[in-house]
Amino acid sequence: MSTTTAHGGDESAHGHDHDHPSFLAHHFDTPAQQESSAKLGMWVFLSTEILMFSGLFLAYGVARWAYPEMVLEAHHHLSIPMGGLNTLVLITSSFTIAVGVRAAQIDNQKLLQQMLLATIFLAGCFMVVKYFEYSSKFEHGLLPGRFYTADYLASAISVPSPLGGPHTFFGIYFLMTGLHGVHVLLGMGVMFWMYLRARKGEFGPRFYTPVENVGLYWHLVDLVWIFLFPLLYLVK
Amino acid sequence: MATTTVEGALTGASHDHEETSYIHASKGLKNWLYTIDHKRIGMMYLGSVWMFFFIAGILALLFRIELLTPNLDFLLNFVSGENAAQIHTKALDLYNKIFTLHGGLMVFAFIVPSIPASLGNFFLPLMLGAKDVAFPKLNLASYYLYWIGGSVLIYAIIYGGLDTGWTFYTPYSTTTGTAVTTATAGVFIMGFSSILTGLNFIVTIHKMRAPGMTWNRMPLFIWAIYATSVIQILATPVLAITLLLLIMERTLGIGIFDPTMGGDPVLFQHFFWFYSHPAVYIMILPAFGVISEIISVHSKKHIFGYKAIAFSSVAIAIISFLVWGHHLFVSGQSDFAAVLFSFLTFAVAVPTAIKVFSWVATLYKGSISLNTAMIYGLMFIFTFTIGGLTGVFLGALAIDIHLHDTYFVVAHFHYVMMGGTVIAFLGAIHHWWPKMTGRMYNETWGRIASVIVFIGFNLTFFPQFIAGTQGMPRRYATYVDQFTIYHELSTIGSLTLGVGLLIVLIYLLASMKSGKKAGPNPWGGASLEWSIQSPPIEHNFHQTPHVDTDPYNFPNIDRTATSGHH
Amino acid sequence: MMREFLTGGLVHGLLGQAQGSLWMPPEASTFANDMDPLFYFVLYLSTFFFVLLMGATVWFTLKYRERSPDQKTSPVKHNGRLEFLWSAIPTVLLVVIFAWGQKGFVALSTAPSDALDLRVTGQKWNWTIDYPGLNKSCSPTSVADPVTGIERMETDFFVPANRPVKLTIGATDVLHSFYIPAFRLKRDAVPGRYTGYWFNANEPGVYDMYCAEYCGQQHSEMRGRVHVLTDMEWRAFLKSGRCPALDPDADDYGEKLYQANCKTCHSIDGSRLTGPSFKGIWGKSEKMADGSSVTVDDNYIRESLRNPNAKIVEGYAPGMSVFDSGKLDDRAVNALIDYIKSLGGDDTK
Ligand code: HEA
Ligand code: HEA
Ligand code: HEC
Ligand code: CUA
Ligand SMILES: [Cu+2]
Repeated sequence: MSTTTAHGGDESAHGHDHDHPSFLAHHFDTPAQQESSAKLGMWVFLSTEILMFSGLFLAYGVARWAYPEMVLEAHHHLSIPMGGLNTLVLITSSFTIAVGVRAAQIDNQKLLQQMLLATIFLAGCFMVVKYFEYSSKFEHGLLPGRFYTADYLASAISVPSPLGGPHTFFGIYFLMTGLHGVHVLLGMGVMFWMYLRARKGEFGPRFYTPVENVGLYWHLVDLVWIFLFPLLYLVK
Repeated sequence: MATTTVEGALTGASHDHEETSYIHASKGLKNWLYTIDHKRIGMMYLGSVWMFFFIAGILALLFRIELLTPNLDFLLNFVSGENAAQIHTKALDLYNKIFTLHGGLMVFAFIVPSIPASLGNFFLPLMLGAKDVAFPKLNLASYYLYWIGGSVLIYAIIYGGLDTGWTFYTPYSTTTGTAVTTATAGVFIMGFSSILTGLNFIVTIHKMRAPGMTWNRMPLFIWAIYATSVIQILATPVLAITLLLLIMERTLGIGIFDPTMGGDPVLFQHFFWFYSHPAVYIMILPAFGVISEIISVHSKKHIFGYKAIAFSSVAIAIISFLVWGHHLFVSGQSDFAAVLFSFLTFAVAVPTAIKVFSWVATLYKGSISLNTAMIYGLMFIFTFTIGGLTGVFLGALAIDIHLHDTYFVVAHFHYVMMGGTVIAFLGAIHHWWPKMTGRMYNETWGRIASVIVFIGFNLTFFPQFIAGTQGMPRRYATYVDQFTIYHELSTIGSLTLGVGLLIVLIYLLASMKSGKKAGPNPWGGASLEWSIQSPPIEHNFHQTPHVDTDPYNFPNIDRTATSGHH
Repeated sequence: MMREFLTGGLVHGLLGQAQGSLWMPPEASTFANDMDPLFYFVLYLSTFFFVLLMGATVWFTLKYRERSPDQKTSPVKHNGRLEFLWSAIPTVLLVVIFAWGQKGFVALSTAPSDALDLRVTGQKWNWTIDYPGLNKSCSPTSVADPVTGIERMETDFFVPANRPVKLTIGATDVLHSFYIPAFRLKRDAVPGRYTGYWFNANEPGVYDMYCAEYCGQQHSEMRGRVHVLTDMEWRAFLKSGRCPALDPDADDYGEKLYQANCKTCHSIDGSRLTGPSFKGIWGKSEKMADGSSVTVDDNYIRESLRNPNAKIVEGYAPGMSVFDSGKLDDRAVNALIDYIKSLGGDDTK
């Protein structure tokens, strides 16, 4: 790339005038400034994420307020054991990533890498369980909107579904869990990138913001699920 | 006050000889496309948004020409069919597609990114005394997201078109055969670009201020951009979800908006306006910031009521989230909601009033030079006040029952968006052109064009107020004869406006080649960007400057006089 | 025009007028009488503030224009008293406008008990007004545009003067909005629910009515007129044969239904409109967008009405209005089927 980008490079400022540590981007004056910027940036980003999901929670709320018994009926088709398992998996993964961050702070490179891999693995487990859940829904035709073909209250519902039928519930179910799943996949990707960088030994007590931010992101993904699980699986 | 900002900052760039500017720092298209220099990204945004503006503007001229007469005629030339009836309906469809495209492009591809993404990007770091925005790569990423979204939108338009109006109201948008899904996907992507830009600016303002640049020493333009960014990151995610739900509704029919599936079409309107009302302040706040700069610099007088202006921006940002319901007064929402929203709508008018009065007060006992930038500044006060005041008509429930979805609304939002944001944008471009390009534009042509634009604009949109109060509904391809006169005036006006803008385009482009060199500080501005050479060098400042006074501390201010100072 | 703006409005604004002013169309309802003064109040208030601001701007700009580069400027940075005033005064005025505005609005949703009940149905792209209990129904009739000769469906309906009329507004497909400028009233027609308002038309005459919420192709042609009748005219109307409720026993029932409901989108002469022509479709095998093909028979037509988007004809966009049993009962559907049958086609089926 051109000199311009070399200068602007976030982690690299080769051949820059006054002496920067290798991880300090050219446009920051001090590592402290860079770190606090990255942190603030992450928090702002997380707030937008929360707002995005809250839009969906609102939609869920409306559907549930308008058709309580439908939601109640439909949620029986979701498997609580699987959902519960996934909840456990995610909480554990939240723990492992937290340990990973700590490892970076105390300069334990081995542990950091192990924890990143562990988290990625757990995230993988989550997706596998989701896969089985989804495929069983597909088999039983518990699909969103006009693709919904399963029986409803024992009576096969004709297209179009009766007003406020379970197709709406499953529409929202797939939308919410789907969007959450996308976040899990993204998280896996980013954590793998972190792993590669960790192997290069980029992180340590002086510079661990990226790991920390990924940690924050992962806690959010976990948090969202903590809300999804009771709302979708444990309706009462 | 020992040193003015300028002197203070010059320690940052105390070089009498010209250095290679950011423009020539590296050659070749590739170096521009890969650049993470906020100034280059800003310039690329500047080109892009104006390209979209011109496309959308030409479209406006197309349907303005159609509206010259009550019946379809002009658009009939662009469609074919077996019989008159069919040609007629096809022309109607065409009209609907054109105005939708006009509105969609103007809002999502032009005005939302307009000032912040272009001039904000360019001047935020300069005014703060920073080398770049906090996340330069993210900045470039948002630019490309913007383009991807824009291209998807354009693609949707070309294949299948879009005929929902820019508001995508359900259930029409869920049933129409046009390319709604693709188009919304495009807007969805642009939304992310907008979020990332806002995020970048917020962090930059919090963390990248030069030593001594306290919050109360920030130029008001920065305050405005800050308030704008806050709205962007809070409102846009909701738009993203709204569009996602709309797409799902179309593709899967999940039935939250579709009445035939037990959904509630009005719910969509709540979702949509929860973003789109705050969005109108995303559009206007940067313009407010620009005007504060222009008015003070070109009258060489300290801005009047700095704190009031700064905080009113924040106040507007907050209140703007509580008024979306004023777009639903006749939608069948509960009376209680309507009354509440009407009240809050008026609440938002007050901070705006404060700004307007403060700008006028700034002129008092100044040293006013009427160059093109300043003319646009004053023009803004004229047109925006009309736009804002007509907003008050619409906020009054009983009146809105009559005026909702008439041309009165059309005129209102063109007075605030075209007459407000776009006029301010033009002013800002003239104000900062020397800094961005290092060249002066032709003042004479600048003044001539500004007058043509002023006449053209008012001729286009003032008659629309009357058409509206007389009962002319909007989104009408054909209308009853009684409205002809207003439409004739409006169309003539729009062509005049077009010519005016064309002239602006020409002399600005010309100045890049032949314009005479501009010094670092042609207007005698006192904020940091004027303390460095024009065009600035790649990293803006050699050493981070030290700021020890506020940005409106002009040499002309008579420090001996102490009249009414408290 | 300027004189109108300044004086005309005032005169008209204060004493309601039938002929309209530069700003406002004729006032033909009590609501208009209440609302216009508010409009003019805000208008003059705004004019005042606008003139004030522009006056100051122009005056300062001329008085303090730059004469020498080092011309001194005032050091004043703010002025508490001034800033308080120009925050407080607008606030007070805005609260007044708000209070006045919501008064008129809230009154709209509680109709007097003696109000005449009308049902308004918006459908792409025309209006139908039913008179429950009066055995009348004003359905759209096709008018040829005087200039272009293009036909469109317009609805004329009739209300008594000086008597409250309550509208219950619904829609069969997408949003519409029932707008009568002379009454200063509009309300969205929302599919799947009912909205409405009431008015008291106090100026006999004929007034335009529009669809004010965008509803697609012929949005701008979804027009009609309201006729405000004097007592005598109203009584005559009730006796007259105008706006007859369709008679299910008449042999042309199906045709009448077609005129009222389908004509906007379906021709009977084979020409293609928004929807396929009915000419000769009976028994014809239609290709659907999803590749399958269907023969047009009773069931298919019935489905097309009750759930139009279940099967979409190839080459057409979905978006046909939904006609549930409330809009077209079974008798009506059968009549329509017979009518479509009568338009010829393959009768062997
Ligand atoms: C830049 C964008 C922008 C801005 C700044 C505004 C500003 C305002 N808008 Fe506007 N508005 C739009 C863009 C904007 N609007 C758009 C795009 C639409 C239509 C969307 C669509 O349907 O397609 C719309 C529609 C719209 C409606 C809905 C109309 C309808 O569809 O029925 C309403 C109703 O309340 C409204 C109100 C207001 C108000 C009260 C303000 C206030 O903020 C104005 C405040 C300013 C002033 C009041 C002037 C200065 C003050 C003084 C000089 C003090 C003295 C004044 C008094 C004492 C009265 N606007
Ligand atoms: C930033 C926002 C913005 C801007 C700047 C404009 C600018 C203009 N708008 Fe637009 N408009 C909207 C946003 C905007 N509009 C929105 C959101 C809607 C609602 C859509 C909907 O209902 O869904 C709308 C709707 C709208 C309508 C109502 C359509 C209807 O309801 O049926 C009209 C009608 O006159 C109109 C006209 C114009 C005109 C004449 C301009 C002019 O100011 C344009 C001036 C620009 C140019 C003319 C191009 C530049 C000049 C050249 C390229 C030179 C070449 C020109 C010549 C050779 C003459 N607009
Ligand atoms: C708003 C426009 C509109 C109105 C009003 C309308 N239709 Fe349709 N109709 C369509 C469209 C568009 C199609 C083609 C797409 C589809 O199949 O849904 C269609 C298709 C049909 C078909 C299938 C035609 C074929 O060739 O297979 C029938 C039958 C039909 N309509 C009957 C009616 C009847 C009866 C009425 C009136 C009571 C009516 N429609 C009113 C728009 C309309
Ligand atoms: Cu019906 Cu617009
Ligand atoms: Cu608004």
